[in-house]
Amino acid sequence: MSVVESSVAGETAEFRQEQTRSLLDRFKRPALGLLLPVLAAIGWELAVRLGWSTGRLVPPPSVIRDTFLELAQGGELQHHALATLTRVAIGFGAGVAAGTIVGAITGYSGFMSRLLDPTLQALRAIPSIAWVPLFILWLGIFEASKVTLIAVGVFFPVYLGVMGAVASVDRKIVEVGRIFRLSGTQMVRRILLPAVLPSYVIALRSGLGLGWMFVVAAEFMGASQGLGYLLIDGQQLGKPAQIVTAIVAFAILGKITDWLIVAAAKPFLRWEDRFARHGAD
Amino acid sequence: MLILDRVGKTYPNGVHALEGVSLSVALGEIVAVVGGSGCGKSTMLRAIAGLDTPSRGRVALDGMTISAPHEKIGIIFQEPRLLPWLTVAGNVAFGIEHLPRQERDQRVTTALARVGLADKASAWPRELSGGQAQRVAIARALVPRPEVLLLDEPFSALDAFTRADLQDHLLALWADSKPTLILVTHDVDEAIALADRIMVMRPRPGRIFEEIAAGLPRPRDRRSDEFDTIRRQVLDSLDRSLNRAPGAATRERPAAYVSDTVDFACGTE
Repeated sequence: MSVVESSVAGETAEFRQEQTRSLLDRFKRPALGLLLPVLAAIGWELAVRLGWSTGRLVPPPSVIRDTFLELAQGGELQHHALATLTRVAIGFGAGVAAGTIVGAITGYSGFMSRLLDPTLQALRAIPSIAWVPLFILWLGIFEASKVTLIAVGVFFPVYLGVMGAVASVDRKIVEVGRIFRLSGTQMVRRILLPAVLPSYVIALRSGLGLGWMFVVAAEFMGASQGLGYLLIDGQQLGKPAQIVTAIVAFAILGKITDWLIVAAAKPFLRWEDRFARHGAD
Repeated sequence: MLILDRVGKTYPNGVHALEGVSLSVALGEIVAVVGGSGCGKSTMLRAIAGLDTPSRGRVALDGMTISAPHEKIGIIFQEPRLLPWLTVAGNVAFGIEHLPRQERDQRVTTALARVGLADKASAWPRELSGGQAQRVAIARALVPRPEVLLLDEPFSALDAFTRADLQDHLLALWADSKPTLILVTHDVDEAIALADRIMVMRPRPGRIFEEIAAGLPRPRDRRSDEFDTIRRQVLDSLDRSLNRAPGAATRERPAAYVSDTVDFACGTE
């Protein structure tokens, strides 16, 4: 074998090795993240199986899975999840609409910002749960007060995000719009909206996070259905597996809805020149 | 015909940026405006573009007073100012959305080919180099076929090679439709290479100090004696505009440096 040939062969081998390595890399990061929870779950399962613990207050994974399947087969889980999802959807929709409109107005106009922002910031400083008794007095114990609480929670991050984004749109880019004589609505559609979209998506995601947080608070204040009701019910009847099942359902729904926002925005954000583009993908 | 009639500008914060600037530019003429930063050059250009309204006097194009951006007046800024969410082709088409699609596509394709970026039509602005981005900006300003094209230090952020290349490119594009060019620059050589007339401005408040004819036959050789004569004339004029001893600018900088940017401290920004 000549020197050249052997070096070529060596390179091919190296290349193949590199390929497998990059494939490994692709799965290594998520796998590494899963290591700890999976080990903990297996460890706990073993501890209960081996009789080191009764697992009565901290149910092992197998019991949680059984409870999850049981509740899902009876349709009970879906029923409660749907109730919660509906509340979040309505509250999120209302909060996003209000936050977007008010945020756009205060971001655009310095006068409106000076007029409205101090009041809104003062209201924001109030922990939203503190409104619960008032909302119940005003709106009753049923859906209206719950949805309002969620909407209030969603409103503030969306408002802040939109206001900041609109106010910080580059004047130089707006001037390009002026040079090409865009009308007011064209300016909004062709310059302002695309410019604020990246921060808007972040505002929506943090708003959604708060929406999921507040739906639990809302359902704690007296609900006959919903995942929050499952939590309270599990506590009162001493069913920890049901509580964990509800928590898992929250995690799944929260992750899916968050992913929906990201996926819906992705085609509009391909242009972004992000620092994380190469690192995170 | 573009006419500036005793144009003056005082900003709301009290800065007296421009006073009594009168100038008339025929269609197809190339006028360069030189002077350090803060001499009111950019203010003057923004007044012609209709981005700022003059406090005194008026700007008129073909007899019509300009008080807002006008379709016959285009501008190229110091930065490309491309919209990052549009592709290169989308950016070039930005100012001609109102045209029928076929016409629009055809103009964009021609313009991109003309600036040598036909293969970049579907690239994002972030994928371009500084020189390429500025070429896209030039294409974007030219596709609406303006009668007057304003250039605000358009090549100052680029390296010397890219700059010379883009200056040639600009001249070639100008020859296509011969619009009026008004070029604000720091770079004396750039002014002499491109312009028919050079306006030297002086600061506090910004006004025209002197006009220098620079109509050498094209293409212009930067190393010719004629070019050098005009260069000396402009540099002397800049010195006098700042009440410095004639020749100060040439003496302060070695010959190689003269061709670079002339950075006179003009105080008021």
